[in-house]
Amino acid sequence: MKRHSKAFWPLLIAALVFYAIVQGLIMTDMLGAYHTNTLIFIAINIILAVSLHLVIGITGQFSIGHAGFMAVGAYLSAIVTMKFDLPFVVAIIVGGLVAALAGLIVGIPSLRLRGDYLAIATLGFAEIIRIIFLNIDYVGGAAGMQVSKMTDWTYTFFFMLITILVIVNFTRSRHGIAALSIREDEIASDAMGINTTYYKVVAFVIGAFFAGVAGALFSHNFYIVLPSQFGFLKSVDILILVVLGGLGSLSGAIISAIFLTLVSTFLQDYPETRMIIYSLVLIIVMLYRPQGLMGTKEITDYFRGWTSKGGKDNGKDTIT
Amino acid sequence: MTMLAVKDIDVYYGNIQALKGVTVTVEEGEIVTLIGANGAGKSTLLKTLSGLLKPKSGSIEFLGNSIAGKPAQGIVKSGISHVPEGRRVFANLTVEENLELGAFLRKDKKGIEADMKKVYDTFPRLLERRKQMSGTLSGGEQQMLAMGRAIMAKPKLLLLDEPSMGLAPLMVKTIFEVVKDINEQGTTILLVEQNANMALSVASRGYVIETGKVVLSGSADELQSSEEVRKAYLGGH
Ligand SMILES: Nc1ncnc2c1ncn2[C@@H]1O[C@H](COP(=O)(O)OP(=O)(O)O)[C@@H](O)[C@H]1O
Ligand SMILES: [Mg+2]
Repeated sequence: MKRHSKAFWPLLIAALVFYAIVQGLIMTDMLGAYHTNTLIFIAINIILAVSLHLVIGITGQFSIGHAGFMAVGAYLSAIVTMKFDLPFVVAIIVGGLVAALAGLIVGIPSLRLRGDYLAIATLGFAEIIRIIFLNIDYVGGAAGMQVSKMTDWTYTFFFMLITILVIVNFTRSRHGIAALSIREDEIASDAMGINTTYYKVVAFVIGAFFAGVAGALFSHNFYIVLPSQFGFLKSVDILILVVLGGLGSLSGAIISAIFLTLVSTFLQDYPETRMIIYSLVLIIVMLYRPQGLMGTKEITDYFRGWTSKGGKDNGKDTIT
Repeated sequence: MTMLAVKDIDVYYGNIQALKGVTVTVEEGEIVTLIGANGAGKSTLLKTLSGLLKPKSGSIEFLGNSIAGKPAQGIVKSGISHVPEGRRVFANLTVEENLELGAFLRKDKKGIEADMKKVYDTFPRLLERRKQMSGTLSGGEQQMLAMGRAIMAKPKLLLLDEPSMGLAPLMVKTIFEVVKDINEQGTTILLVEQNANMALSVASRGYVIETGKVVLSGSADELQSSEEVRKAYLGGH
């Protein structure tokens, strides 16, 4: 059931080469802090987009509280580094694990049912989390919590790579095809004997884990972490990345994360213009490509046509 | 040998009772048909048999074991496979991926491959289109795929919910020929139909169901010649 892609190794090597070049430029001071930061932002947004893509695009579960899991990772990791003086890697993993646990608690009751329960539950969860952090003095309440900058290009890049690899692997596995069948038709999936609740929860918890990881990288990239950074609009921002990319397309989510991060970075001094352009882009995409930039296709689907004539790897859209 | 024994089951959707004391038996090797008008409760019975709904009372025995209220996974594993009404293929997955999903609970790779070949032999059209997204298939092809997908689970009992629905007459004929074929190769079939003529021509026995109750049962010949059935379901001559 594995769906192999011939482009896998070339893409992985290209990614590592890209990492090395950027790291070289940073070490020789040829890439300034501003541009490095943009790259870090892009990578964090890719983690967020790809993790939500697993939940919405692959499994078809409409979660609209991704910022809540991000907040859990952001705060928990900050506590680990700032209050317990533990290494950053430990903090990132703890952030991810606690977010995953939160995902389990929200997911189990709401994913057992079909329908819009998950959307409501995640929306409520994200708000509750934000309000909890707002009211805990231990983490600074509304004034926020001081955090040392520990996030750098290397951490961000490798956690992004791990996120992508884990989610690509999941998608291509037996679990992934079960998740896809739930997105396609949950009743039919049930009738095949697939434990739909189980696969929905697994995908949701993995998504929450990586949102937590992104949160950890995010909070250690600023000098402060604030509850207001994780409001409803943040969840919407992440949702837009997935929708714009094309529900069901991982490369689409990555491309739109890169594109929209660049747009909003270049326009950050003009927040009003940013919102206008952002909205315009979305309106144009919805008008001319309602299925998103990539639809359900992957970048590798296009390589396939060049590298092999049909080939053994099953080209989703090659009709033999 | 009795394969399926449904005794006196009541099934509800919330407060609405959809099945009222339904009793149906299927012997090994048979094709049994369940005919009845829209809303009679035919699909409800199949959904209850495959574990998508739970009966409130009554018993369901499959090969001597009680399966009433068991989860769908267990029921599929024990050998019942359900082709739901309206086919419900996984539209954005390929034909082959759909078939693989039918075999989701099986571990015997060799057997899965052999059955995949068998499905392609039965439905050569699916072989031609194996890499195609199943949402782009015609209605008849989707019905073939839905049946093929169910066969991939290697069922002892196949539940078919209105396989002829919305198909052109020629395609209906093809589908019914395949139903007979599948049965001759050893799979017992419970066939739900509104197309009573066709259903009774392949079945050995049948039940007529009206507003949640079995009102008539007998051999296919008996039902075909019954005045009531002819009036209500066979166009009345
Ligand atoms: N999901 C549902 N919720 C509530 N009532 C339902 C549902 N599905 C079917 N029913 C009702 O149950 C009865 C039997 O339906 P069904 O089994 O689908 O009939 P058939 O398959 O014979 O056309 C009908 O009255 C129908 O309205
Ligand atoms: Mg029906």
